[in-house]
Amino acid sequence: MAFAVFSTATAPSTDPVARRRSPVALFLLLPGILYLVLFFLTPLVSLLLTSFQTPREFGDIGQYDYAFRWQNYTEVITTYWPHIVRSFSYALAATFFALVISYPLAYFIGVKARKWPLLQSLMLVLVIAPFFISFLLRTLAWKQLFSDESFVVQSLKALSLLGPEAHVTGTAFSVIFGLTYNFIPFMTLPLYTTLERLDVRYLEAGNDLYASPFQVFRKVTIPLSMPGIVAGTLLTFIPAAGDYINASRDFLGGTGTQMMGNVIEANFLVLQNYPSAAALSIILMTVILVIVSIYVKRSGTEELL
Amino acid sequence: MAAGAFADRGADLELVGIEKRFPGFTAIENLNLTIPAGSFFALLGPSGCGKTTTLRLVAGLEEPTSGRILIGGTDVTNQKSFQRPVNTVFQSYALFPHMTVLENVAFGLRRRKINDPVAKAHEALLLVELDHLAHRKPQQLSGGQQQRVALARAIVNRPALLLLDEPLGALDLKLRRQMQLELKTIQEEVGLTFLHVTHDQEEAMTMADTIAVMNKGRIEQMGEPQQLYELPKTAFVANFLGQSNLFTGPVVSTTSTAIAVDVSGQKIVVPLGRAHRVSGEVTIGVRPEKLTLHKDAPIHDAGRNVMGPGRVIDVSFSGVSTQYLVAVPGVGTLVVFAQNMAFGPAAHVGAQVWLSWNVEHGFGLDDDPADAPRFEADLDTKTIAQQRRSSLVTELEEA
Ligand SMILES: Nc1ncnc2c1ncn2[C@@H]1O[C@H](COP(=O)(O)OP(=O)(O)OP(=O)(O)O)[C@@H](O)[C@H]1O
Ligand SMILES: [Mg+2]
Repeated sequence: MAFAVFSTATAPSTDPVARRRSPVALFLLLPGILYLVLFFLTPLVSLLLTSFQTPREFGDIGQYDYAFRWQNYTEVITTYWPHIVRSFSYALAATFFALVISYPLAYFIGVKARKWPLLQSLMLVLVIAPFFISFLLRTLAWKQLFSDESFVVQSLKALSLLGPEAHVTGTAFSVIFGLTYNFIPFMTLPLYTTLERLDVRYLEAGNDLYASPFQVFRKVTIPLSMPGIVAGTLLTFIPAAGDYINASRDFLGGTGTQMMGNVIEANFLVLQNYPSAAALSIILMTVILVIVSIYVKRSGTEELL
Repeated sequence: MAAGAFADRGADLELVGIEKRFPGFTAIENLNLTIPAGSFFALLGPSGCGKTTTLRLVAGLEEPTSGRILIGGTDVTNQKSFQRPVNTVFQSYALFPHMTVLENVAFGLRRRKINDPVAKAHEALLLVELDHLAHRKPQQLSGGQQQRVALARAIVNRPALLLLDEPLGALDLKLRRQMQLELKTIQEEVGLTFLHVTHDQEEAMTMADTIAVMNKGRIEQMGEPQQLYELPKTAFVANFLGQSNLFTGPVVSTTSTAIAVDVSGQKIVVPLGRAHRVSGEVTIGVRPEKLTLHKDAPIHDAGRNVMGPGRVIDVSFSGVSTQYLVAVPGVGTLVVFAQNMAFGPAAHVGAQVWLSWNVEHGFGLDDDPADAPRFEADLDTKTIAQQRRSSLVTELEEA
């Protein structure tokens, strides 16, 4: 379902003629449909059923029976609401920072550097290069850089920019920093693909019609790059909201920075409270779906394509 | 331009020593041009001669390599595009795809905080007969409709200087005439200055006060339409604006009023005032519609030049007039346009004819004949094909 929302936002809407059902099209779609039923629908139903399970009477820890125990939801919401709020705020902040950092970068590569194709390719390679190193390793490297004994933190303390008792790891800053850092390529690439196709003649027309460079940016460039902005923010926001690496205590997070991903992990692997973990997962999915559909509707990108 | 108000009259445009070089290519060479305020100026030239580049320089979308641009007496060379009191109808239209037709037209008005932009945009759309499509997106319009929106988007701003880059190219003849009339009316009403780029010589001739003919980044000749047509200065102008018969030969005698040129043994007289060169090898010419066909050698008349005898090699009827191609030995093929005053052509293919024209209708070019294409060399493929065809016809008849 999330995929469907996403694809209407980015793919050109197919014309009615192409939508007419034909047996050949159905036949060609069959493997895809089977795949989705097997690996998407089945786990989803199983997750939903698990989220309503009740602990087995006189059973061991981790033993549950199928039931309709909707209290699982109210319980996890009352217990974990700070984590839920935190997840979405952190994801929102990271998406915002990633956008602010990526847009000028993508604009430079896609528009300004058109005259120098070599520079363009080089910069694209640099954007993608971090993917060659494991996500975990890169996050661990940042943990080293932000640790209390690190050169960075020591220097900041020496300059009195940080208090003597301050830490960087385990704070909201370091988690949002990690999320932003890790998702910047996912933001930059879709932005680059739309900006690369941006016809500068529209910008010239804007200039000719008395719009200052800033007005041209706001009235012409931004609306025309909306498909890239929507794709980039979704590719960042959705995984960031469910991320549990950056916020984990083993990486950049601390006790006060746990996100939904971390509590799901804890409930599932440590506490063996499967219904709670499932309920939290369902909540996470639903909230993301609602936010994303409102966002896609509001940004009105369908019209652009 | 002051925000919130329209220009109350046109501004003059002055280009001083403009040169524009792209990497490895000089698009404009030493361009000097003055367009008086309130005039309709047409820039005419073949594809790739630098017309769009000139407009882009004036609009501020391109920076000149050297030279200065003055609009209304102020040096705008260093002004940014959005600060110049200029609007452009782009050759590629460049309508914003994310806005409706109405919002496209209102864009400039909104940026300048003009009162009631929506009403004014509707007015401009009415002018180009597209108000009923105001709420469509540009992609949902036909090419000609898009072009008219582009026109409305520029003229709605009533700029002191309007740049039009082939603004009517995609319209059919009737709509084209109508838009020409509208443009001329707007221009005269407010006294705006129009710089109009076109391929269409007829459009340029009927609309413009002044025409500049451009070739390879340079202005070949500039003047009133009639003057340009009657007295072209170069072979390029003579053949770009209408058609011309050109001859080359040495000046053999000069009087106080005229020069005589020897064209393969035939003496052709050109008035001194209509000749740009008066000695040595010169190229002279005459327009096809100025020639008269004779079936017998005309009696000598000091006021007329005579050429012939020649043979008619092709006759093509085109409604109002008939075009004859006449091969004159030693001179080449001449084109003659004759009004269809009587039924049937005045001469048939193969007929022997003489040509004459009033001495006052000839003109002498400024080109160095060594550079100017000789008439023989200038035969286009169509003429060659016609010659082939007629020789084939004679062969068949003989057989
Ligand atoms: N950005 C550029 N870089 C290099 N050469 C260019 C550039 N823009 C234009 N030119 C060249 O400059 C010349 C003039 O181009 P311009 O667009 O002014 O022609 P034009 O007279 O408007 O032609 P048309 O009637 O086909 O529109 C052309 O030969 C073109 O190839
Ligand atoms: Mg052009």
